[in-house]
Amino acid sequence: MTLATWFALLVAIILAAETVRALRQRALGSERWRRFFRHPTAAWGLVILVFLIMVAVAAPLIAPFDPDRQLDIIGLKNHPPSWTFPLGTDVLSRDVWSRIVYGARVSLGIGGLGALVAVSVGSLVGAVAGYYRRWVDAVLMRTVDVGLALPRIFILLMAVALWDRLPFGVLVLVIGLTSWFGTGRLVRAEVLSLRERDYVLAARALGAGAGGVIFRHVLPNAAAPIIVSAALGVGNVLLLEASLSYLGIGVRPPTPSWGNMIADGAPNIYTAPWTTLAAGLAISLVVMSLNAVADGLRDALDPREEGSTT
Amino acid sequence: MTTPALLRVRDLKTYFVTEQGRGTARAVDDVSFDLYPGETLGIVGESGCGKTVTSLSILRLVPEPPGHILPGSLIEFEGRNLLALPAPELRAVRGNQIAMIFQEPMTSLNPVFTVGDQIGEAAIIHQHLSRKAARARAIEMLKLVGIPDPDERVDDYPHQLSGGMRQRVMIAMALVCHPKVLIADEPTTALDVTIQAQILELLDRLQRELGMAVLLITHDLGVVAGHADRVVVMYAGRVVENAETTELFERPTHPYTEGLLAAVPRIDTPRARLHAIPGQVPAATAWPVGCRFHPRCPYAWDKCVAQEPPLLETGVAGHTARCWLVTEPERRPAKR
Repeated sequence: MTLATWFALLVAIILAAETVRALRQRALGSERWRRFFRHPTAAWGLVILVFLIMVAVAAPLIAPFDPDRQLDIIGLKNHPPSWTFPLGTDVLSRDVWSRIVYGARVSLGIGGLGALVAVSVGSLVGAVAGYYRRWVDAVLMRTVDVGLALPRIFILLMAVALWDRLPFGVLVLVIGLTSWFGTGRLVRAEVLSLRERDYVLAARALGAGAGGVIFRHVLPNAAAPIIVSAALGVGNVLLLEASLSYLGIGVRPPTPSWGNMIADGAPNIYTAPWTTLAAGLAISLVVMSLNAVADGLRDALDPREEGSTT
Repeated sequence: MTTPALLRVRDLKTYFVTEQGRGTARAVDDVSFDLYPGETLGIVGESGCGKTVTSLSILRLVPEPPGHILPGSLIEFEGRNLLALPAPELRAVRGNQIAMIFQEPMTSLNPVFTVGDQIGEAAIIHQHLSRKAARARAIEMLKLVGIPDPDERVDDYPHQLSGGMRQRVMIAMALVCHPKVLIADEPTTALDVTIQAQILELLDRLQRELGMAVLLITHDLGVVAGHADRVVVMYAGRVVENAETTELFERPTHPYTEGLLAAVPRIDTPRARLHAIPGQVPAATAWPVGCRFHPRCPYAWDKCVAQEPPLLETGVAGHTARCWLVTEPERRPAKR
């Protein structure tokens, strides 16, 4: 690693911390976001996520090497961590740190977008099923049952058969459209109870239509479970991407993703554990940060908490 | 009255199909009444008499299934049968021409939106106001319903307000579009008595200022005495007595009304044990045959068991009662 990349890394860390600190300053004005920052670990989670997103965006500045370049297949194969290679090199003598940095783009992108698709579809389907009940509910929930019963890998293998090489967008869609079933059920259950609330009746008495009731009165009150399921969803999608890449049907090498880095390093896990450890730790770190942030958001977005302040 | 009725309810039947085939609950069974412009009509009865279902039926808010309004029922508002309106036209009536406030101010406001948002909602739906204009309207409405510092309160969430304030907010929500009819379903039941008096006074004032008709649903005859022009007494899904308020209080004809009046504590008589009507309202799946009140009626005789009386004219204009005593007054024991 050169001085410039160390410097860029330092800048990213400071920027992430400063961004969160600035957010915290502004949050003092609003009670809701003050609650978010009162959560013991939410701010830390946010710092880590902001940092990783910055790393992903500024990958060329932070990565010391080309992530796909095989530096010296004989001399630098499975080189342990050193000052030049802070996380060591892998079996093909590529710099692990550079691959982690570029892999963040792929993994966070798939995780975020895939979870977004899954949560949007799941919330919509769950809300419609729970609100209209009767045959709409029956049809949609049987679909969910089928979706949960079919092994996801099987569906994904069919998708792979259709596209020889999965484009990024298709991969995201396929992952998203096979991950919403749990969220759908969760949201439906919530909506079934929310639709009986007095304020839903009051809104209908004011002339609100079904769409207005669902989007204004039902879904916002289901925000807490949706947010939690989104946070867990990103983690699940990250893991799914990892297993797909491990099977060789996800992100194709040499493009680095945290998933296929684990796969690459797995055969040498006893002799060169750093190759799998780095990617595994990155995934764990993201999932834990997301959980902390989701927890804080739930505190912040739940107005019932508001009574306890001031 | 010579002016045409604003809202005419005729032969309203709202039934609920119970689960496991335990029969049909005839919650509202053949109810008819008129509401004239600018008046307050009280609907009185114990819990389980069908008051709330009647009010929900008017705006077709009865949960379906299990509930359904039977064909043959008529709810006519300004010449249009609300029961036959297509959904979009019905939504244009709800909140705009006929508005409703509910019993529970604690749960009838959406916890995730500010009160300003919720008050402005109806104005956005019906009058297509912009968000900014709706907010200004919400502040205006908060002022109208007597909430101090409306400019600040408009951004409060419901849980930051007291019960009385929330009920004022509910009233503001309902009145945003200046409806012609306000249905108030037990608007003060969940509030303590001093707040109750304030809210009812507020409703009276707003009614005078806005010239709307109010359908006041309550189990509290004291509320009716002070605020309603006419009263409909309901029992077991039926209208049992119908009269102007003073007339009803002076000469209650149906034994059920009599019982209700005797059950009200009075300040001007020596303290004594309050009268209670024996028994309870029967289950709506099995109303008694004959007069539905006969099992609890102190005067009932065989005719009451055999045949249900229609609403009979008592001789005073506008005063009807569903009781055979109207035809055989000598059976009623002389008053003390």
